[in-house]
Amino acid sequence: MYRTLSLKVGNWLAAAGRTGHFLTDTARSVRDVPTWAGLTVAQMRRIGVDSVPIALFIAIFTGIVLSLQASYTFTGAVPLYFVGTLVGKTVMLELGPVLTGLALAGRVGANIAAELGTMRVTEQIDALETLAYDPLSYLVVPRVLAAAIMFPIVVSLAILVGIISGWLTAISLLDLSTVEFVRGLKLFYQFKDIWFGLVKSFSFGVVIALIGCFKGLSVRGGAAGVGRATTEAVVASAMAILVLDAFWAVVLL
Amino acid sequence: MIEFKEVYKSFGDRQVLRGFSLSVQDGETVVILGYSGSGKSVALKHVVGLLEPDAGEVIVDGEVVHQLDREGLTRLRAKIGFVFQFAALLDSMTVRENLELGLKRRGLSRAEIDERIKEALELVDLEDVEDRYPAELSGGMRKRVGIARAIALRPRYILYDEPTTGLDPVTSAVIDRLIVRAREKLNVTGLVVTHDLRSAYTVADRIALLYQGRIRQVGSVESIRNSHDPVVRQFIEGRPEALADVEQAAGGVR
Ligand SMILES: Nc1ncnc2c1ncn2[C@@H]1O[C@H](COP(=O)(O)OP(=O)(O)OP(=O)(O)O)[C@@H](O)[C@H]1O
Ligand SMILES: [Mg+2]
Repeated sequence: MYRTLSLKVGNWLAAAGRTGHFLTDTARSVRDVPTWAGLTVAQMRRIGVDSVPIALFIAIFTGIVLSLQASYTFTGAVPLYFVGTLVGKTVMLELGPVLTGLALAGRVGANIAAELGTMRVTEQIDALETLAYDPLSYLVVPRVLAAAIMFPIVVSLAILVGIISGWLTAISLLDLSTVEFVRGLKLFYQFKDIWFGLVKSFSFGVVIALIGCFKGLSVRGGAAGVGRATTEAVVASAMAILVLDAFWAVVLL
Repeated sequence: MIEFKEVYKSFGDRQVLRGFSLSVQDGETVVILGYSGSGKSVALKHVVGLLEPDAGEVIVDGEVVHQLDREGLTRLRAKIGFVFQFAALLDSMTVRENLELGLKRRGLSRAEIDERIKEALELVDLEDVEDRYPAELSGGMRKRVGIARAIALRPRYILYDEPTTGLDPVTSAVIDRLIVRAREKLNVTGLVVTHDLRSAYTVADRIALLYQGRIRQVGSVESIRNSHDPVVRQFIEGRPEALADVEQAAGGVR
C-alpha cells in the first residue's frame, strides 16, 4: 500500500519533470528563429485556415439556438430585445471561444498528436535529429506559434458569424426588428467582452498545440501507441480548455 | 575516432548491451555482425546521442556523447551521417526535399545543393525519383535514398544500419562499392551493421561480432574467417542446430 503509493507519487513526479523539461526546452527553442520561421506559415494554414469551416458551422447553429431559446425564456416578462443582449454576451464570452476550442481540440490536437506520433514510431524524429535539427524548433515551435496566432482569429470569426446568425434568426423567425436586436446587443456591451474571448482563445491554442506535440513526441510502441496518444491528447486538451475557461473567469471577470 | 567504453543499456528488464566496448579508428571501416535482436541498432544509436547508456560511455573525437549539451550534440551530429535500418525518410517530403534538409542546415548554396543531390542519387544508382514521395518508392529504393541522404552531407563519419538488407545482389554490390569508395576517396570513417557476410567481407577493415551484449571477437576479415571461437564459427557458418553445443562450448556464457 505504502509502496504502491510512493511508486505512484514517483511516477507522477517523473511525468511532471518530463513536462517541465519539455516546456523549458521548447521555450528555449524559440530563439532558433531561422528553423521555425518558414514552417510557421504552413502550420498557420493547416491549424487556422483549415479550421474555419468547422468553427463557422458551430457558430451558425449556436447563433440560431441561442436566439430561439432566449426568446422562449423571456416570453412576456422581459422585453424581447434582450435576445440581442443574450446572444451577444454568450457568444462573445463563452460559447464562441469554448465551443470552437473544444472542436479544435479534436481537429488540431488529434492531428498534431497523430502526425508527430507516427513520425516518432517510424524514426522520422530520430532522422531529423541526426540531420542536426532540433525537433522542438522544427516541429513544436511552429505548431504552438501558429495555434497561438490563429485561434484568436478563428474565434473572432466564429463570434462574428454567431452573432450574425442570431440576428438573422431573430428578424426572420422572431418578432424582432434589426434596430431592437442591435439595441439589445449594445445594452451591457463592454470592450472587455471582446478581448476576454480573445485572451481565452489564445490560451486554448497554446495549450492544445503543446499537449498534441507532447503526446505525439512521447509515443511508445507502434500504431496502437499512436492511437492512444491521439485519444489522450484530445481528452487532455478538452479538460484543459474547461479548466482554463474557469481560471480566466476567476482571474479576469 | 569512435570509442564505446563498457556500455550498458537495458529496456525494462531486457539487458541489451552488457559491457559493449569497441573502437573505430579514423579512416577505417568496422563492421558489426550479430544475431537479429542482439542490439546492433541500439549500439549505433548511442553514437549520435539518440540513446543514452545506462553505464559506460561513447566517445567521439574525445567528447563523451551523453554529456554534451544540446548545442554540442548538434555540432557532433553535423559530422555524422546516419543510415537508418528502415530508411526513416520524412514521408511528407519528396526525395529531393529529404536530401535538401541536411544540406540546407549546413548553409550550402542552391547550386551546390542541387549538385550534391544529383551526385548522391547517382552514387546509389537512382534516377528520376527526386519528385516522388517515399510512399511511392519500393523498400529498396527508400533504403538507397536513406543512404544518399547521409552521403550527400559528406560527413566524416557514416553509420550504416544494414545498408544492403533487402536489396538484390547487384544493387547490394553497388552499395558495397560505395562504402569502400567513401573510405578510399573521402577518407570517411565507417561503422557498418549487417547480417550480410559477403558485404561484410567486402567493406570491412575489421569485423566485430556482437554476442550477448558484448563484443565476442574483433579482428581483420581473415582472423574472423579463420576464427576458432565456436560462437564466431557458428555465426559465419550459419548452423542453427549447433547453437546448443556452442552455448556449452562457450563455457556457460549467460
Ligand atoms: N526503443 C526501444 N525500446 C525498447 N526496447 C528496444 C528499443 N530499441 C531496441 N529494443 C530492444 O533491444 C533489442 C535489440 O534491438 P536492436 O534493434 O538493436 O537489434 P538489432 O541487433 O539491430 O537486430 P536486427 O538485426 O533485427 O535489426 C531488441 O530486443 C529490442 O526489442
Ligand atoms: Mg537493427
